[in-house]
Amino acid sequence: MSNMNLTLKIWRQKDSKSKGKMVDYKVSDISEHMSFLEMMDVLNEQLINKGEDPVAFDHDCREGICGMCSMFINGEAHGPDRGVTTCQLHMRMFKDGDTITIEPFRAKAFPVMKDLVVDRSSFDRIQHAGGYISVNTSGNTQDANALPIAKEAADKAMDAATCIGCGACVATCKNASAMLFVGAKVSQYALLPQGQVEATERVQNMVKQMDLEGFGNCTNTGACEVECPKGISLETIARMNREYLTASIKG
Amino acid sequence: MSGLIKSSIARKVVMALSGLFLVFFLAQHFTINITSVIAPDTFNEWSHFMGYNGLVQFVLQPILIAGVIVHFVMGIALEIKNNNARAIKYNKYNGSANASWMSRNMIITGLVVLAFLGLHFYDFWVHEMSYKYIAGNPEDPTRYYEETVEKFEPFWRTVIYVISFVLLALHLWHGFASSFQSMGVNNKYKSAIQTFTKVYAIVIPLGFIFIALYHHLNPITH
Amino acid sequence: MAVLDSKVPKGPLKDKWTNHKNHINLVNPANKRLIDVIVVGTGLAGGSASATLAELGYNVKAFCYQDSPRRAHSIAAQGGINAAKNYQGDGDSTYRLFYDTVKGGDYRSREANVYRLAEVSANIIDQCVAQGVPFARDYGGLLDNRSFGGVLVSRTFYAKGQTGQQLLLGAYSAMNRQIARGKIEMFNRHEMLDVVKIDGKARGIIARNLVTGEIERHSAHAVVIASGGYGNVFFLSTNAMGSNVSAGWKIHKKGAFFANPCYTQIHPTCIPRSGDYQSKLTLMSESLRNDGRIWVPKNMEDVKAIREGRKKPTDLSEEERDYYLERRYPAFGNLVPRDVASRAAKERCDAGYGVNATGEAVYLDFASAITRYGKEQAKIQNISNPSASKIYDLGKAIVEAKYGNLFQMYEKIVDENPYETPMMIYPAVHYTMGGVWVDYNLMTTVPGLYCIGEANFSDHGANRLGASALMQGLADGYFVLPYTIGDYLSGDIRTGRISTEGPEFEEAEKEVRERLSFFVNNKGEHSVDYYHKKLGNIMWEKCGMSRNAQGLKEAIAEIKELREDFWKNVSVPGKMDELNPELEKAGRVADFLELGELFAKDALVREESCGGHFREESVELDGEQKGEAKRNDEDFAFVSAWEYTGEPADAVLHKEELEFNDIELKQRSYK
Repeated sequence: MSNMNLTLKIWRQKDSKSKGKMVDYKVSDISEHMSFLEMMDVLNEQLINKGEDPVAFDHDCREGICGMCSMFINGEAHGPDRGVTTCQLHMRMFKDGDTITIEPFRAKAFPVMKDLVVDRSSFDRIQHAGGYISVNTSGNTQDANALPIAKEAADKAMDAATCIGCGACVATCKNASAMLFVGAKVSQYALLPQGQVEATERVQNMVKQMDLEGFGNCTNTGACEVECPKGISLETIARMNREYLTASIKG
Repeated sequence: MSGLIKSSIARKVVMALSGLFLVFFLAQHFTINITSVIAPDTFNEWSHFMGYNGLVQFVLQPILIAGVIVHFVMGIALEIKNNNARAIKYNKYNGSANASWMSRNMIITGLVVLAFLGLHFYDFWVHEMSYKYIAGNPEDPTRYYEETVEKFEPFWRTVIYVISFVLLALHLWHGFASSFQSMGVNNKYKSAIQTFTKVYAIVIPLGFIFIALYHHLNPITH
Repeated sequence: MAVLDSKVPKGPLKDKWTNHKNHINLVNPANKRLIDVIVVGTGLAGGSASATLAELGYNVKAFCYQDSPRRAHSIAAQGGINAAKNYQGDGDSTYRLFYDTVKGGDYRSREANVYRLAEVSANIIDQCVAQGVPFARDYGGLLDNRSFGGVLVSRTFYAKGQTGQQLLLGAYSAMNRQIARGKIEMFNRHEMLDVVKIDGKARGIIARNLVTGEIERHSAHAVVIASGGYGNVFFLSTNAMGSNVSAGWKIHKKGAFFANPCYTQIHPTCIPRSGDYQSKLTLMSESLRNDGRIWVPKNMEDVKAIREGRKKPTDLSEEERDYYLERRYPAFGNLVPRDVASRAAKERCDAGYGVNATGEAVYLDFASAITRYGKEQAKIQNISNPSASKIYDLGKAIVEAKYGNLFQMYEKIVDENPYETPMMIYPAVHYTMGGVWVDYNLMTTVPGLYCIGEANFSDHGANRLGASALMQGLADGYFVLPYTIGDYLSGDIRTGRISTEGPEFEEAEKEVRERLSFFVNNKGEHSVDYYHKKLGNIMWEKCGMSRNAQGLKEAIAEIKELREDFWKNVSVPGKMDELNPELEKAGRVADFLELGELFAKDALVREESCGGHFREESVELDGEQKGEAKRNDEDFAFVSAWEYTGEPADAVLHKEELEFNDIELKQRSYK
């Protein structure tokens, strides 16, 4: 139960135009019950009190659902634990005396804005390209139960829809590929009857945008699936590939 | 259509299809080669057929070469693009935490196999071409067995063969199953496909290694 | 009542909304193109409003401080969304949903608004399904429902434990469609720092680009605030770290009245605090109380032994446990409403029976549920004389199927296995029913300035029922505001584009810049968090689950003092023209330091106990309800709407009297 002293190696970069470098920091008296971000709070409080610039990092809900927090910790997206985001990672995963390397998510399509903060708007643009069903908010859509959907399809669509858009898949992939993210969104709509009308254009447009953003190609290493905090399955990528091929044949 | 060729998914599918084609070719190649151990006469017979049949020589052979080139060129192109997708590398990247060595190093195993193919072409294909078309030698349906066994006489060549096939096994271990995923096959047969591909990835290269060692250890004495 | 006109339409309750829609002015499609609307916040309310306004043809500029609209804190809602669909055929109706909501709110909400909410609730489900929201379904392929928060019907629609996320992604997808069409201009990582009024009307905002630090002027014909609740005034809450009151507070300072700030919901089932470093509290779905039994040890010796680690909770026999909710409220037991359950936990912990190191935790025990389900399963599976471990295994499987994800989350955070040892829980600030005062059209007291979702005060009275927040956010954004705003904007079709060069924008920008520059130049000694934590502590101790006049007066004085110290001694590193999270926090905490005082002042004025607001002076003195909250309908059946006049202490109270024509006011009883 004793508290920990740690060495942190953190990527510091002033802004998107500057060059960055790794800087070492010491933190002491870290409780094992702290979340990783609370440990970062301790470091920042320490830096502010010393008159130094605190480390900028993205975070918001701190309960693993908003997808805002990132960080590549000791060589893994969201750190060494499984099925969690960085805000849910707890310090009991580390030992007294450890050195922890903390870097931003790295990808050409996720440029660093400052320290550990990256720009993930490429994900938004992929969604603009087709991540929706075109229905107006008239209040006059058909009754929700007029269209029964098999439970299995609904559950699978839900599994795909749990993606929180954090970008861990990209950060983790050795090719910085975004296919798990795009696959999840394509899958959600492909599995539901509501998504069928626009299916052909949707997958083509989203994949096209994904390629334009400069993400790498999937080589099926499966790392994304392991690091995904929500456990999105590689099946979604296969489904996207299928949807894409079908769409390409249809033209 | 040009958009399709540029698309990441289309390229994945090209890799998968060319890979699967090469996997199929490997099985056929192995079937012929294994006869050199069990039945040298059959080996000569089949080899001669392959060497002089017009369909094989002028249709299938170019397709095979094209398959190799496509797989290779596309692989390199994807590697370059993937490399560019992360311009600044991580200081610490714990790749083994979430993916197998094989899946992460297809480019290495692939390039080694490619280098091996260079030697292999030099040993057999270049030899055949010059024997048949440059030197204009007459057909000899009995020469293949001896020529093959002779190749494995030097220790160094046998070692290269063994190493290359180990790397081929690693390449297949990931690549064979992966090609199904790329083409969108990921369903209830997934685990069956994975088991089959892994057995294949071990059995076929192991068989080639066996053939090489067998001939090395059992040279023809004149 | 000249100042506050609720603009509730005349006529019978059930026809009000239909008649109102039929008679308000519309803007024709060609003219909508000439009109700009700013929406601040992209949660369920803001996201759905932006998408719908853009669909209608208005030019929408949407702002959020996160890096994408999809990250707004609506995403964290777990349980579900209510709708009067009556798919289960259990007698649900618009009226029942309306009735439950008014009663649940302890009769402190506006009848007509709540009825409208119940009326449009069914449309929300239709709309979301059409958008591809993957609600849970039964084996027949139809939508499934669960029951929630002590109502008598099953009307809650859900998507696993992620209903908020799925609904928000639905609204986000609708926004994406409009962004792609060019009808929404999206400003991510932008924070609104002031509203700009021209000739008394809201005509734009001043926003800061959080990446470059640039101060921007944005004009529009109307401004919609959808910035969520202010639970973070307590520092520790289940809100997101960035959730703040600033948008609401800025408009309050520019003339929008702030209503019922003291109405706060404290949710009973949260994971307790583990130390001073804690930054945020995690909620676990209320549904846990369906099967969990809440207790603390009966004897103080056992409490001590547990805290010192000499005993484990499982060592205590049934006789040594105090199931205090079952003891106090035999009729509802562990399923009393949120406010009652929270106060009872606090009562036990204040008396010294808290079971963790901080003394602020009670047990939520699933052992009986596991045994009960295990026996049931053994019967179903025809297992005769099942062993205790067989029963446990069978029961555990059922509990896992129902609550597996919550148990896993608990284990990740606390590092204890809740299947083997009881969970520890403690109440935490969760939702704020109070907010900016709006009329029936959701317009604030400033013309052209609207407020929707949790940021306004309207529909939940003094206490919100489970699964109603999502309903209100989407109702406001999809189905109410887009109609009512047209009535106002119809007067603006000839206005033309609004210039950002006028003196009003000039002045507002200057003020914003001065304040930011003060922060980065002040050579203080304490970080922003230092003040935020202090404020949170005062709020929790004196304006928390139970309040009294003495404590509230102290709170008012202490907050004022803290605020003065903040403006002298706060230290903000970095510069204005860069990504500077500390600077963002400084502005938000400065506003919390003002709101906190108004909060205490409002709580002091309301000398009754109602919903989330419990005044120790106002309890039943005798009879069956002895010791329970006592509401005072005679003197306090009104909305407190505060007008800003300088300092929070000088805020002027305006009362909107609440009239109940379709519902009889009753005392809530859970005995």
